[in-house]
Amino acid sequence: MLKIADKTFRSRLFGGTGKFASSAVMNEALDASGSEMITVALRRVDLADPDDDIMSVLDRDKYWFLPNTAGARDAEEAIRLANLARAVGGTNWLKLEVTPDPRTLLPDPVETLKATELLVKDGFIVLPYMNADPILSLRLQDVGAATVMPLGAPIGTNQGVLMQSMIEIIIDQAQVPVVVDAGLGAPSHAAHAMEMGADAVLVNTAIAVAGDPVAMGRAFAMAVEAGRMAYEAGLGISGKSAAASSPEVGLGFLQ
Amino acid sequence: MSPFTVPDFSEFQALIHTPTSTDVEAVLARDKLHINDLATLLSPAASEMLPALAARSAVITGQRFGHTIQLYAPVYVSSFCANKCVYCGFSAENKIERRVLTLDEVEVEMNILADQGFNHILLVSGEAPAKVGVDYLAELARRTRARFAAITIEVQPLSTEEYRTLFEAGITGVAVYQETYDRGVYDAVHLSGNKADYDYRLKVPARVAEAGMREVGIGFLMGLADWRSEGFALGLHLQWLRKHFWRTNLTVSFPRMRPAEGAFDPPQPTGEKELTQLLLALRIFDHDVGLVLSTREEKRYRNGMIGLGPTRYSAGSCTAPGGYANPDLAGEQFSVGDHRDLQTVCDSIRKRGHDPVCKDWDATFQKGL
Amino acid sequence: MNIFCNGKERQIAEGTVVSDLLSSLNLSPETVVVECNTMIVKPDEYSKFVLPEDAKLELIRFVGGG
Repeated sequence: MLKIADKTFRSRLFGGTGKFASSAVMNEALDASGSEMITVALRRVDLADPDDDIMSVLDRDKYWFLPNTAGARDAEEAIRLANLARAVGGTNWLKLEVTPDPRTLLPDPVETLKATELLVKDGFIVLPYMNADPILSLRLQDVGAATVMPLGAPIGTNQGVLMQSMIEIIIDQAQVPVVVDAGLGAPSHAAHAMEMGADAVLVNTAIAVAGDPVAMGRAFAMAVEAGRMAYEAGLGISGKSAAASSPEVGLGFLQ
Repeated sequence: MSPFTVPDFSEFQALIHTPTSTDVEAVLARDKLHINDLATLLSPAASEMLPALAARSAVITGQRFGHTIQLYAPVYVSSFCANKCVYCGFSAENKIERRVLTLDEVEVEMNILADQGFNHILLVSGEAPAKVGVDYLAELARRTRARFAAITIEVQPLSTEEYRTLFEAGITGVAVYQETYDRGVYDAVHLSGNKADYDYRLKVPARVAEAGMREVGIGFLMGLADWRSEGFALGLHLQWLRKHFWRTNLTVSFPRMRPAEGAFDPPQPTGEKELTQLLLALRIFDHDVGLVLSTREEKRYRNGMIGLGPTRYSAGSCTAPGGYANPDLAGEQFSVGDHRDLQTVCDSIRKRGHDPVCKDWDATFQKGL
Repeated sequence: MNIFCNGKERQIAEGTVVSDLLSSLNLSPETVVVECNTMIVKPDEYSKFVLPEDAKLELIRFVGGG
């Protein structure tokens, strides 16, 4: 079981609610993925379509909502969004995203650290989205982040765990769960992250835009489970150390 | 943060005693090790595979530290001690001539070592705060820090605040050994004094790290209890410290008790083979930990181990207060196994393809100094 | 009088409270959060919070996102 703050999750796949063709497909795909925590964003109500409300189509007993601060460009904007999210959702959980560069949507480390510290002090459970930077990960942990969420690859690139070396270090050092977010375009990418020892992965686009989102949701669920099982089973010899092995060393000097 | 605790040794005996040679081979082939893998490397099965352990350890050490050995020298500033520890030459009830050096005398000792080329000094004293306290150490650090790259201490445990004071004065690291992680043995050998409290002592390394020291050294006295179990407990300690204090450099020392003249007979004596297995296992378990071999070990052994795992050697050591200026002084804490001076040790390190390094950091870069 | 609601100008009667506005927009209060001049209005104040002249209102709710 995965524990974040005081909550436990059976599924190690977190879902997203963006980019689905319809609410019906979204619901079915999320169900197939087995996700228990899903992200939502905050926007102005469309006054021309007052019934368009995602909360009315999702089962609040089935899913734990994780509001994000998508669109925030600095700590101040993120904190404003966080307070709005807390007011509308009645939850103090938050996926903190601070992305000043609209081209790459890469997270700003300085603003993210600043916002995390302030939000934790204000009682939020903060899950910060971050670049795969091991020191930043430790600094976020130090100021009270509930998880760290390093990106596998730049968002939208579907390149998988491109940041493998850095994420390995992050996992090795972390005292809080490590959730790999962004860049995971295929179930094999998710399995890879889980085999490395990630505690969970967050997948939205790859499921939402698949030819068959429901089947893809299920495929990710299976991949995450397989990856976790492999990690727990203990993976065997890796190429690196096998190649590094050298002939035995003489210890004739020992007495 | 909940404090570090050591499980009862009985709880991990199976981990240490069931692995087979196949299990050891599997661990040697893996990059990232679990704490249970350390138990496998400390197992009796692994004792029969030291050359394979040495090969792996050598590769890791080379990758992480390059072909270098750091060098330091201890300066014994006082032999007064308020503790009664049955194994120690400085124990309060031992009838030895006690000395505490004046600050001027310590400076003379340190200058002699600086002239020889030492840049890292380890200040050592018995545990007698009235003789060598925070003020003494802070003043000493302020007086001498400009001449040394690193000044570390091995003295009585202090409070976090006191460690912070010393850090600000120029002390860069602290060694504090648990002596034994086996609670029963600990109580039996530490008869009285502050040191008699096992739990108090166990918390000290965390305080050092919390105070911002660049380095914490831990270790146990080899010979007091079962060394395999001690090694596993030390691994747990190391892992806990890493998780909680990621800014702190960690080192392990291996004080191995040799039969002393007429004094304490170690109840579970260990040889070079045991020391070697422990050291190699720790290196394979934790690629980044500094491993310190002192002059307690003999020249032959220290030469042989170059490149296999250790990262730091002491040299030219004298373990009696004032012994560098007055080589004939009696009252040493333990007897030295390698009497070579710094230059000779450096030469033999070079001869084995390694670079002797007298400093790897200049305290002068530290903010606030 | 005039207010700005989600960026658009809107005419309301003087003395209009938040809950009046929400019902006139067909919005159920529990699905939105109301920000008036960058201060969040607490739901239990919706029935007494009188909208001031030129108020800048933001009506926010959850939408799909990753």
